Amino acid sequence: MSLKIFVPGDAAALSVGAEAVAKAMTQQIASRRLDASVVRNGSRGMFWLEPLVEVETPRGRIAYGPVTAEEVPGLFDAGFLEGKPHRLHLGVTEDIPYLKKQERLTFARCGITDPLSLSDYVSHGGYRGLERALTLTPQAIVEEVTNSGLRGRGGAGFPTGIKWKTVLNTPSHQKYIVCNADEGDSGTYADRMIMEGDPFVLIEGMTIAGFAVGATSGYIYLRSEYPHAFRQLQRAIAIAYDKGYLGENVAGSGKRFDLEPRIGAGAYICGEETSLLESLEGKRGQIRFKPPLPALKGLFGQPTVVNNVISLATVPIIMDKGAQYYRDFGMGKSRGTLTIQLAGNIKRGGLVEKAFGLTLREAIYDFGGGTASGRPLRAVQAGGPLGAYFPESLLDTPLDYEAFAERKGMLGHGGIVVFDDTVDLAHQARFAMEFCAVESCGKCTPCRVGSTRGVEVIDKIIANQDRVQNLELLGDLCEVLTDGSLCALGGLIPFPVQSAVRHFPEDFDKPAPPPPAFEASKTQETPSWR
Amino acid sequence: MRSNQGWDADRAQARIQELERLPGALLPILHALQDEFGYVDKAAIPLVARALNLSHAEVHGVVSFYHDFRHDEPGRHVLKMCRAEACQSMGCENMIRHVENRLGIKLGGTTEDRSFTVEAVYCLGNCALSPAVMLDGKLYGRVSSDVADFLIDEAKRHA
Repeated sequence: MSLKIFVPGDAAALSVGAEAVAKAMTQQIASRRLDASVVRNGSRGMFWLEPLVEVETPRGRIAYGPVTAEEVPGLFDAGFLEGKPHRLHLGVTEDIPYLKKQERLTFARCGITDPLSLSDYVSHGGYRGLERALTLTPQAIVEEVTNSGLRGRGGAGFPTGIKWKTVLNTPSHQKYIVCNADEGDSGTYADRMIMEGDPFVLIEGMTIAGFAVGATSGYIYLRSEYPHAFRQLQRAIAIAYDKGYLGENVAGSGKRFDLEPRIGAGAYICGEETSLLESLEGKRGQIRFKPPLPALKGLFGQPTVVNNVISLATVPIIMDKGAQYYRDFGMGKSRGTLTIQLAGNIKRGGLVEKAFGLTLREAIYDFGGGTASGRPLRAVQAGGPLGAYFPESLLDTPLDYEAFAERKGMLGHGGIVVFDDTVDLAHQARFAMEFCAVESCGKCTPCRVGSTRGVEVIDKIIANQDRVQNLELLGDLCEVLTDGSLCALGGLIPFPVQSAVRHFPEDFDKPAPPPPAFEASKTQETPSWR
Repeated sequence: MRSNQGWDADRAQARIQELERLPGALLPILHALQDEFGYVDKAAIPLVARALNLSHAEVHGVVSFYHDFRHDEPGRHVLKMCRAEACQSMGCENMIRHVENRLGIKLGGTTEDRSFTVEAVYCLGNCALSPAVMLDGKLYGRVSSDVADFLIDEAKRHA
C-alpha cells in the first residue's frame, strides 16, 4: 500500500512555506522512486509547528515540524517515512499534549482527512448527521438542536434552535439558510480553518438546517480576505453537487438544497447579520432596523436562518451523536465546546477546541505557553475588536459567555489576543475608536459621528489636554454609543475603550506627547473612499 | 498580477452579462470587473446600472461603500498589510512603517513606477502567525521587516 505523507494546504500553513515543502516532498518521492503520495490535509491548528508534516505508520501518524523545504531531503535520509527520529520529530501527532488535552467535536476531522475527499469525509463519520436528520420530522431536528444547548458561535450566543424554530414556524414559499463566514474579528480564524480543512461539515450542517426549517437555498457569505477558503469551498460544493449531496435530490431523499458561496468586499460591518443580508442582496452593507428579525423577513424579504460557520459546522455532530452527548460538555448556560483561537503575542498560537469553562490563564499558559516575546503578559483582548482588554488579574475568568459578560467583557467568537508589556492601552483605545470610524456603516449617528469624536477625545487625553474633563467626556460618549447605537459595532466599541481606561489607568496618565507608534497611523493617508 | 490591463467597455460588458441574472448580482459583478481591470472604472457604472435596472447613484453608492473596490488602477503588485490587534501585538506597525519608508508611499498609495500599491487590511485570519500580509492574493505569516523586504525584492525580480 502506498504510504501517505500529509502536508497541510491550509492558508496559514501555506503562509509559512507549506507549498514549497509539499513540492520538495513530491520531488523526493519521484527521485527516490518511492511508493508514497502527498495528501494536502487541513491544519491541526498548532500553528507554531507549521508546516507540520505527518506520515502514516503502523504506530499512528507521526509528526515533524516546523519543516522547511531545505530539510525535506534530510527527513527522507533519516527515514521519516518509517517515523524514525529526526531533529524535527514530534512523535505521534495525537499524543502531542496540545492536541491530546482537547475535546475536538466540531474539528474532529480537521487536519486528519483530505478536505476534498468525500469518501474520506464519509469514512470519518461524515453525513451520519444528515442520515439521521432524514429520519426525523423538521420539528424533531429543531428540538434536537435546541436541546443540545448550541448557541451562536459568531459571538452573540443566541440559542440556535430558537432561531431555527422561528423560521420553521413562519410559512413562506421560499426560505433561506445563510452562513455568516465574514470572520472579521482580529484573533479569529476558526471559520477559515474549518472551511479549508473540512468544508463538507459546513455543507452538511447547512443542508440539515435547510431540511429543518424548510429552506431549499443557502448562501455562504465569505469575507474577501479569505480567497483560499473561497476556492476550497467552491471545489467542495462542486463535488457535493456531483456526488448528489447537493441539488434537487440530496442523498436520494427527494429533497432539494442548493448552496452558493458569495464573497464580501472588505467591510467589517457585514459580519452583522442584517448588513450581511443587505450585502448579499447587492446593496451597501448598512444595517437594518430590527424588528423585523431576519428569521421572519431576511434575505430578499423571506424567512432566513443566519448562523455562523462554527454553529452550522457543529450541527452534524449533534445530529449524529445526539443532543445529550453535546450538552454534556460545558458549564452553566454555555454548553458544548468552544473553539478557542490563541493569537497575537503567544508562544504556541493555535486552535484549542475544549468544553466551555477553561480559564483564560489555562488557555494562555497551559496551551499557549505565555508570550512569544518572552516578556511579561500585560493585556488580553478576547472577542475581537469589540472585546474588552483584560489585565493579568482577570485571567482566572472562565471561558463562558456569562462569566465574561459579568466582567464587562465578551467572549465573542473565541479569539484571544495576547499583548506583552510593550503595549500602550491608550493607543489601543484610540485604535478601537479609529477602527469603528473606518468600519461604521454610517446609518446611526452615535456610531458614525461618535467614533470620530472618540478618536479626537482620546487624542486630547493622550496629549494631556484637560485630561480629567476629557476622560469624563469619553465616559459620556461611550454611554451614548452603548445606549444609542443600532448594532453591536457602535454598541460594543466602548468595551475595549472603557476597559482600557478602567484596568490600565496609568496609560492614560503619561506625559504628552503621544508615542511614535501612534504617530504613524495619524499621518496615514486614508483613501478618500474609506 | 493581472494580465489584462486597461479599461475596455466590451470586456466589461461581457463580464456583466455573465453574471447579471444572479440574485443580488451587484457585488459579484463588481468583483468580476475588479478582477478584470484591477479597479472599478467610473465608465462601468452606467453599464452596470443599465444591466441591473438600478440608478447610477445606487451603483456608485455600493462601489464607494466597500473598501475592496478601487477607483483607480493599482500598481502591478498589491501588498495588503494587516493592522488589526493580533498583528499589532507582534509589532506590525513597525514593519508597516518600514515598508512605507522603503517604497516611499503611505498605506493606500501606489509607487511612482506603478510597481506597488500598499493597502491596510483589518485581519487576514492568520493571527497565530502575526504579523500577516497578503501579496497579490497570497498570504504570508510572521512577516518581519526583513521578510517584507524579501517579498518585495522577489516580486520586483519577477516583474
